[in-house]
Amino acid sequence: MARENRIVLKNYGKIDPESIDDYISAGGYKAAGKALKWQPVEIIDEIVKSKLRGRGGAGFSTGLKKRFTHEAMHESGKKYLVCNADEGEPGTFKDRIIMENDPHRLIEGMIIAGYAIGAERAYIYIRGEYYKSVEMLQKAIDDARARGFLGSNIFGSSFLFDMEIRLGAGSYLCGEELTLIESLEGKRGYPRIKPPFPAEKGLDGLPTLVNNVETLSTIPTIVEKGAKWYTRLGTENSPGTKIFTISGDVNNPGFYEIELGVTLRELIYEFGGGMKKGKKLQSVLIGGAAGTFVDETVLDTPMGFDSLKEKGAVLGSGAVMVLGDDKSLPEVTKSILEFFKHESCGKCVPCRVGTTQLVNMINEYITNGKKKDDLLNQMVAEADFMAKTSLCPLGQSPILPLRSLQRYFADTF
Amino acid sequence: METSEILNKFSPDHKNMLGILHALQDNNPNNYLNEEDIGAIARYLNTTLSHVYGVATYYTMFSLKPRGKYIIRACNSPVCNMIGSVSIIEELKKVLKIEVGETTDDRMFTLELTECLGQCDIAPVMMINKEIYGNLDAEKIKTIIENLKNK
Ligand SMILES: Cc1cc2nc3c(=O)[nH]c(=O)nc-3n(C[C@H](O)[C@H](O)[C@H](O)COP(=O)(O)O)c2cc1C
Ligand code: SF4
Ligand code: FES
Repeated sequence: MARENRIVLKNYGKIDPESIDDYISAGGYKAAGKALKWQPVEIIDEIVKSKLRGRGGAGFSTGLKKRFTHEAMHESGKKYLVCNADEGEPGTFKDRIIMENDPHRLIEGMIIAGYAIGAERAYIYIRGEYYKSVEMLQKAIDDARARGFLGSNIFGSSFLFDMEIRLGAGSYLCGEELTLIESLEGKRGYPRIKPPFPAEKGLDGLPTLVNNVETLSTIPTIVEKGAKWYTRLGTENSPGTKIFTISGDVNNPGFYEIELGVTLRELIYEFGGGMKKGKKLQSVLIGGAAGTFVDETVLDTPMGFDSLKEKGAVLGSGAVMVLGDDKSLPEVTKSILEFFKHESCGKCVPCRVGTTQLVNMINEYITNGKKKDDLLNQMVAEADFMAKTSLCPLGQSPILPLRSLQRYFADTF
Repeated sequence: METSEILNKFSPDHKNMLGILHALQDNNPNNYLNEEDIGAIARYLNTTLSHVYGVATYYTMFSLKPRGKYIIRACNSPVCNMIGSVSIIEELKKVLKIEVGETTDDRMFTLELTECLGQCDIAPVMMINKEIYGNLDAEKIKTIIENLKNK
């Protein structure tokens, strides 16, 4: 029987998240104190060795990203750290759980990351609807500052570092790191063209490290226990734990922090408590709207960035949406395509027209109820064209669920 | 609170744009940004009216139209949609006697749709002002709205 292994959520339910003393009693802020005695490159090396991969969806090496930002230079000498707390991928609510229940852990991870890259200032960009997260984090920041964990001469070092919260206002696209930077700068959320990447030219044109809440909240443990300890968890290519958020037709929807390598079968039947009464498993959507559908043939595949790729799937944000046999796959697909249509910023034609076109195609199919042999192929072709010609990753997303449907559910359409 | 009082809580930095828009909107009893607000922000941040309008209209949480005392945001993203948000939205329309995007005549409620609120384990979900309501059904909707009306 697989079990949870709570690292990021170690304090969940055990401490009062509004009490900095509780956090400190549970060993909190020790890792930051330790890290600030190291050289920044030593921290980066440790994180590279831990093979931690970004928990925001893309799965890029966190250590390498830090190294690039550390090495990037600007004449002003200034850099920024930005925490991506825009959590908007449907089916995902892990960052909210962290911020509401252990905000100091995120702050501690940010102190370490800020020191490692040489940033004096950080922003936490939180989606505007997360009122509770904002409230908890703001109190935690104020308390940490009052204790001297933020500000100047942190932990008796010469390090100066502070952070502020900034609010989003209802745009999924603003979770994309370069768009997030535009939004932070007080502009409309239109994406920038990559390169340059944020590590070279980010907020205010300065080198900027953008990391997800869960990624940053993992860092204190890596510093505390070491990369060697951390890589013993999870799998070879995807070490560590991941917070999975399970939703849909299971008995116990919720969040579970588990070592990577856990299988979908364990997620659904052990953690999720099995299928709701009278329902049989039809499909699982992994990773949210910008995710992939799989069928029961993938139930025993270890969950990891590369192992899922072999099955034409993505781990993404760790969202696991379970569909019973009573659900209509075309209807769920329609809902996903409408999501993209709504969230497309309309700046480039292929995505603006393409997202609308895809909704029209699935609608026509649903209303006519006509089995159209090549509907899926047509939709995949349209999404593929979009992926190749769109300006930003949002336009490259609809291909993910559609291609997975083509692979696993061609018969259903 | 006076507009200037709110503005002065923020440094005149463009990184405060969204924060200021939120603060002024929250301060308005009709939950929206009016022309004076937009003008005040443009002056405060030393930018053009059209820039501030452009930003305010881009983000779905901001409104340039007066809204009700309670903003109802019903989630219609894939998880909620799959669990039954369509009937939840229909029920809300019926109980409030308005369409999505409209405000009741007594200026109490505005009905809006939203994308995933990050509460998918209690789908279907809606938010009323800052409060989350989950595991919704028709009965619950009636009670919640009744309670707010009598408050
Ligand atoms: C449309 C879109 C939305 C995204 N939304 C989020 C988000 O809400 N939170 C997040 O951490 N990353 C999001 N990302 C990924 C970010 O661009 C970026 O990869 C991530 O913040 C990097 O952090 P990490 O390396 O710690 O994962 C999104 C990407 C795209 C294309
Ligand atoms: S791909 Fe879509 S979301 Fe991205 S810039 Fe183009 S229109 Fe906007
Ligand atoms: S899909 Fe409705 S809260 Fe996530």
